[in-house]
Amino acid sequence: MDALTFGVQLLNGVQYGLLLFLVAAGLTLVFGILGVINLAHGAFYMLGAYFAYWISAHTGSFAAALVGGVAISFLLGLVLEELFVKRLYGRDHLAQVLLSFGLILVIDEVRQMLFGKDVHSVAPPAWLQGSIQLTDVLSYPVYRLALCVVCLAAAGAIFYVIQRTRLGMIIRAGAENRDMTRALGIPFDLVNKYVFAGGIALAALGGILVSPISTVFPGMGDGMLILSFVVVVLGGIGSVAGAAIGALMIGLTDTFGKVFFPQVSSILIYVLMAGVLLWRPNGLLGKKEA
Amino acid sequence: MKRLSKIPSAGLIAAVLAVAVALPFVVSGYYVQFASKAMLVGMLALSLNLVVGYGGLVSLCHAAFFGFGGYMLAFMTPEDGGASLWLSLPTALLVVAAVALVIGALSLRTRGIYFIMVTLAFGEMLFYLFHDTKIAGGSDGMYIYFKPELVVGGRNLLDLESARTFYFVALALLAGAAVLVKELVGSPFGRALAAARDNERRALSLGFPVFRVRLTAFVVSGVIAGMAGFFSASQFGFVAPQMLGWHLSATILVMVVLGGMGSIIGPVVGAFALIGLEEVLKTSFEHWKLIKGLVIIALVFLLPGGLRQLATLLMPERVDASATPAKPRSDEAPANV
Repeated sequence: MDALTFGVQLLNGVQYGLLLFLVAAGLTLVFGILGVINLAHGAFYMLGAYFAYWISAHTGSFAAALVGGVAISFLLGLVLEELFVKRLYGRDHLAQVLLSFGLILVIDEVRQMLFGKDVHSVAPPAWLQGSIQLTDVLSYPVYRLALCVVCLAAAGAIFYVIQRTRLGMIIRAGAENRDMTRALGIPFDLVNKYVFAGGIALAALGGILVSPISTVFPGMGDGMLILSFVVVVLGGIGSVAGAAIGALMIGLTDTFGKVFFPQVSSILIYVLMAGVLLWRPNGLLGKKEA
Repeated sequence: MKRLSKIPSAGLIAAVLAVAVALPFVVSGYYVQFASKAMLVGMLALSLNLVVGYGGLVSLCHAAFFGFGGYMLAFMTPEDGGASLWLSLPTALLVVAAVALVIGALSLRTRGIYFIMVTLAFGEMLFYLFHDTKIAGGSDGMYIYFKPELVVGGRNLLDLESARTFYFVALALLAGAAVLVKELVGSPFGRALAAARDNERRALSLGFPVFRVRLTAFVVSGVIAGMAGFFSASQFGFVAPQMLGWHLSATILVMVVLGGMGSIIGPVVGAFALIGLEEVLKTSFEHWKLIKGLVIIALVFLLPGGLRQLATLLMPERVDASATPAKPRSDEAPANV
């Protein structure tokens, strides 16, 4: 493999890792701050992609799909938190597993009623179509580069909100000690709602962004759910920085695994996870037992 | 008081067994096959309950053991006849035990949410192993053209082609698994497992080998699940990666909670109830999964104790303190619901 092909694969791996990070960051925030395990996270990723397909098919605009899809998902998150998730904060993880499994079945069927179960594709915005010609035979799609930029911007925004804003301060305080935060009169329960909805919006954003480079199909959420779980296990629950490291590790392992060891590539990430579990059972940046 | 509550339960078991034995002679073949299928899934739910209910460990990879058992039968069935039960069943169970040992040893290093996620991920690893590679027909699965045989002196003692024979085999397996789990739970081993669930730190400081106890329970439970999968594959003559998928793992978890985690046989009741409900919904509604999802959500909020709770609500005089299901706790004290 020459240096240029290697570079392209490296870029693919990083781009995949960044996308994984967006989805896994939503998951790890909901785990870390609300203490809720949400198996339906992948379903919202899938739903985001279908929103992108539906909105862009009707308006012809990918930007409308991006804004509309994220907004709808955020509102959906607020509604679900109010209706169901709120009641589960004090319950055991088993109840959370069952609720989110029930939600997956409901979301899947509602999606089928609204959008059918066909496989779709979404056109990227016109100004991002085309490829950069690297050599005579090698080119790189512009949209994938734009995807990297958007993911990096989103990652920067997540870090900024958590580390530099008042909202982020409440989130960090709540993650550290829920009861103490409440006792001090800080509106942590209100923040909960936005964290949950924000997590869901991140999953949907991942689905929307991926729709122009991958097909939109009903089962796409399941694979993403497992991958984000592995990312969170690698990085440590509740750690956004850990999710970033874990996501890049998975992205690169998967991409180069497919190149060098195509026979066993689907198993490699689990081997990586097993290795991290042996070395650090709480994840690379995980602190305490969940 | 204790004597009084014991006698009806022994009578109840006898009555249920009598009905179960008589059933294949009175109902049509469809129901015999349905009951066989439900009993094997019930056995799977019962095995999961050893880990979830008595061990407090929410595992999401039990379908993988179930499916692995089935795939082992598919691998060992020759092209021209049935596999020998003498050889294939112990081999399958040994392999499943080895898989459960490795997954358990890694997963049990973690707690709580981590454990759920890690078991889910390893279960899906096995799913993708069979789904993505060509070792067993990939996503299309594999047919098992011949039922396994129990040959002694040149004669097959067990004709699994007969629905009625298969039914009794499934019944015997389920009863055997129930007795095994009951004995385990009542033994010092079971007490240690429950102690670790209720307070791990205290169990550790009392000198219980918590990790080893949990791992043993995990492997035993995985082997029972594998056995159920072995015979389930034999019943349908077909294995597919979906048998290992986490949707099945989550579904049997629903059965465990539906039937109630506090008893040995509760999850079997849950399995019958959920499979029965699915069967009815499938024939009546196109979007039956929507209703299944809503039923699960309703279960979480309205009936966290499962059908057992419903029974105690309807017959309050039968409430007894030992029936309250023990649950794995999260870091906060559970709210009263």
